[in-house]
Amino acid sequence: MVRLRKLALCAPLLAALALVGCASEGGGIQSQKLNGVKSRGKLLCGVDGKLPGFSFVNPDGSYSGLDVDVCRAVAAATLGDPSKVEYRDLNSSERFAALASGEIDLLSRNTTYTLSRDASGGNGLSFAPTVFYDGQGVMAPKAAGINSLKDLAGKPICVESGTTTELNLADRMREIKATYTPLKFQTGDQTYAAYLQGRCVAVTSDRSQLAAKRTSFPDPAGHVLLPEVLSKEPLTPVTVNADPGWADAVRWTIYALMQAEELGITQANIDTKVAEAKANPNQADLRRFLGVEGDFGKQLGLPADFVVQAVKAVGNYGELFERNVGQGSKLKLERGLNRQWSDGGLIYSPPFR
Amino acid sequence: MNSPSLSFARLRRELFATPLDGVITLALVGFLLAVGTAFLRWMLFQAEWAVIQANTTLFAVGRYPIEQQWRLWLLTVLLAAATGLSWGLLRGKGSWPRNDQLTAVILIALAVFGSWGLKLELPIQLRWWGITALLLVVRWAAGRWSQALPAPLLRLVPLVWPVLYLVGMVLISGGLGLMRVPPGEWGGLLLTLLEASFAILLCFPLGVLLALGRRSELPLLRWGSVLYIEFIRGAPLITLLFLGQNILGFLLPGGLAPDRVWRAAWVLTFFAAAYVAEAVRSGLVALPPGQLEAARSLGLPMHQALIHVVLPQAMRVALPATVGQFITLLQDTTLLSLIGLLDLLGTARTVMANPEFLGKNAEVYLVLAVLFWCCCAALGLGSRALETRLNPLAPSKA
Amino acid sequence: MATPAVTPWWRNRRLIPWLVQGVAGLLVLVVVAFLVGNLVRNLTNAGLLLSWSWLRNPAGFDVSETLLPFNAELPYWRALLAGLVNTLRVVLAGLIGATVLGTLIGVAAFSSNGLLRRLARVYVELIRNIPLLLQLVFWYFVVFLALPGGEQAIQLPGVVLAKSGLYLGKPELINGVWQGQLRLTVEFGALLTGLVVYTAAFIAEVVRGGVASVPPGQWEASRSLGLTPLQTLQRIVLPQALRVIVPGLNSQYISLAKNSSLAVACGYSDLYSVAETTLNQTGRAVEVVLILLGSYLVIDLLISALMNGVNSWVQIKER
Repeated sequence: MVRLRKLALCAPLLAALALVGCASEGGGIQSQKLNGVKSRGKLLCGVDGKLPGFSFVNPDGSYSGLDVDVCRAVAAATLGDPSKVEYRDLNSSERFAALASGEIDLLSRNTTYTLSRDASGGNGLSFAPTVFYDGQGVMAPKAAGINSLKDLAGKPICVESGTTTELNLADRMREIKATYTPLKFQTGDQTYAAYLQGRCVAVTSDRSQLAAKRTSFPDPAGHVLLPEVLSKEPLTPVTVNADPGWADAVRWTIYALMQAEELGITQANIDTKVAEAKANPNQADLRRFLGVEGDFGKQLGLPADFVVQAVKAVGNYGELFERNVGQGSKLKLERGLNRQWSDGGLIYSPPFR
Repeated sequence: MNSPSLSFARLRRELFATPLDGVITLALVGFLLAVGTAFLRWMLFQAEWAVIQANTTLFAVGRYPIEQQWRLWLLTVLLAAATGLSWGLLRGKGSWPRNDQLTAVILIALAVFGSWGLKLELPIQLRWWGITALLLVVRWAAGRWSQALPAPLLRLVPLVWPVLYLVGMVLISGGLGLMRVPPGEWGGLLLTLLEASFAILLCFPLGVLLALGRRSELPLLRWGSVLYIEFIRGAPLITLLFLGQNILGFLLPGGLAPDRVWRAAWVLTFFAAAYVAEAVRSGLVALPPGQLEAARSLGLPMHQALIHVVLPQAMRVALPATVGQFITLLQDTTLLSLIGLLDLLGTARTVMANPEFLGKNAEVYLVLAVLFWCCCAALGLGSRALETRLNPLAPSKA
Repeated sequence: MATPAVTPWWRNRRLIPWLVQGVAGLLVLVVVAFLVGNLVRNLTNAGLLLSWSWLRNPAGFDVSETLLPFNAELPYWRALLAGLVNTLRVVLAGLIGATVLGTLIGVAAFSSNGLLRRLARVYVELIRNIPLLLQLVFWYFVVFLALPGGEQAIQLPGVVLAKSGLYLGKPELINGVWQGQLRLTVEFGALLTGLVVYTAAFIAEVVRGGVASVPPGQWEASRSLGLTPLQTLQRIVLPQALRVIVPGLNSQYISLAKNSSLAVACGYSDLYSVAETTLNQTGRAVEVVLILLGSYLVIDLLISALMNGVNSWVQIKER
């Protein structure tokens, strides 16, 4: 039959495609992202979109959450308007390709900072400061009588595919020499649906995410988080390696939110602080930070008042945390590791100098 | 008149002709009864339809901004009017054949009981009644006065559809003074129908060109078409969608890649075109080569011979397979949910992630299945009707 | 001016087509070069220029059910291979199941029993008009995940059907989890059921068309020779119908193979699902897509080759 021969024709085509690219080197690296965002007048931000507390859609169609506020802060710093963001819902397996291909400028989607994702020989990404220090946990129904990881030997565990969670689970189970069956799903909603239907005995993810999801279960008290923390999960916004200028702009916008908390600058008092700084030439630190004096903004390619814009838009880091995942939210997570360094936490902004 | 004994005899012949037949019939009846009662019991007593009733807007249009939804209502009204017009003119002579009466009754029943069953708010229920009434009135009027209209005007009527499509696109996406609604906010049935109709409209001409290319005498054209068709037909749609979402961005200069919604629409188009090409080719193959030669020897240039002689005949043969492809295409839009777009199935999945409606899978999937079934079956029926109309042996055609 | 006789070059019947082709070819080349140039530049910028050495790195993730032994220390290519084997497994089982069910339903359309005939019709019309993906999630989330688990599992001698799967060969409940010699997971079950039920509807149509293509005189003739309807079907009608059926089956088989990539919807670790995870860990989008396209092409080729063999066998037997 003819079809066989014709089909076979496609094989060399594929082979040829595979060889392309070994052919030539591209030109020099140019930093264009920041200019691109400015000329477009809009920040393209990749988010999860289905994760309570971090990014989700309100009934009126707008986005909210900690990850979303990072996007809004960056938009405010670069464009002077936090609403100039176009959000893209991405699942965990398409997020890096979306970033690498330039479909989004900034990935703010509870992404764990790891070596292989950062390295040029790996995913070639560039990580901004961590905005949420998390750890991987395991959740199981109370009735199942599971108290530690060891009890999960031989049992099915639900996990979202393509996440560091999946890899950590494999590592830990190997460490304690327990065989198990990973049941992998493409999206979080499927993972939790299968867990709730009893297909797996436990579900694993970041502890904050498990806590967030549990609040939406029909019977939140019927599920327990195991005491073990499987890994460190520093959740961090990401840009591409190839554009250091843009990475710096994002990095220092986020540091600005942290520094603002340290200096006691809030969404409510920012205007008075600016007026104060303008009136008092002796407060050099504050004047530089708020862009009243010096050229920090210019050095980053941002407006002089980028800090003011960002804080005005979303508040300082502490406010952002409490509003989205802390006491001001349904999740009621403790600050824990996410306290300022001066309170014994890990949130630490390098000096604005 | 059917006498009872006669139908009884027929029943016996149909169902109990041999002992084996009798056993099969009894087994099947038992099976149907068991399934039917179980299903009815579930539907009436166990199922909770609030998951559908509370989310009708999401299922219909996704995250389309509420204050802009009047545009979609306007579009629905225009669509109803155009459907009524085409329907009436197609029948003509003010006649109402039995099938039309049946369709009208079904439409009215849908408008009344459908909006009642979905617990729509009263104003919205009234809108649906109004739209249905409009459709039927326009159909009646168009059928009544079709003879009175001048022929050239009648010939312009089919043009209503492409114009309406363009108007619809503007209404949906904005521009020309309307507020822009980015594709990311289209969802549900709106997105499904939009992607399917876009791909159906564009894949057809593309498929015809590919089919002609494959039959061409020019080797470069022929092998190019063959390579394209076989490459596409050898790959699962999901890998191509994946390619469109993840690699297209690398192929175009930064930022030039279209929105994800449009990317998916183009992938669907290019995918379906290869299959339509094969359907059309089967029509071309069935045509005796003498047709083209005769047309050419009459002095028609190649493109005219193709358009006026070859393609109309080939399409008659290719029609069922082509429409079958369109139906598949409509079903394939569900794959968009796998690449994170909020089509009907994608919307369903976000709805089921809502804690209030956790575990209501069966209800949602059942409703989606009924919706898709109706759309696909309607397309299939339409194609069969068109087939009989295009049949050269049918008496009516001039 | 009157200079006839010589045809100007732009009217040359031989030259023009070649010229058109040349221009079209050049255009295609320019477009391809443009795209490939962008690809190379963008990939270089992202530090992702094509390479295949990552295939030898340890995968670091587990694959949930495998025929080949696999664990997280083995390299990516082994993970992809395990996925491919899983795909082949479900495709093979699906081909057999869909053929059997499809043939039964296709033949049922010719039954003397009116109810059976109509049911066969209803089956085809019902299944064909509902998207496969919808059917898959229905089978998985609504039907298979509703199976009872643990002690409430459906137990028959030697067979246990539980939420976690179908167990054969003296299954035992150990520590709340069923253990048996042979196990088919519900993910596999849901995917297989969905593929079989869906494809069978199309195969039934192919079979029905094939049987209908045999002239009715053949039925009557064999009847008058005293053959039973079943014998007639087996010995007279099917062998002739197969000539029409086999080519039609080929395309249905290929679409079944391609449709198996929808496994991601119900948690089965097929090639596509493993490839997606691989992409995620490595970021190698282009390579992964090439592997995917290549693998499915090979599967299609295998099925086509097989069906060509069957076809020539059917053709020889006839006459």
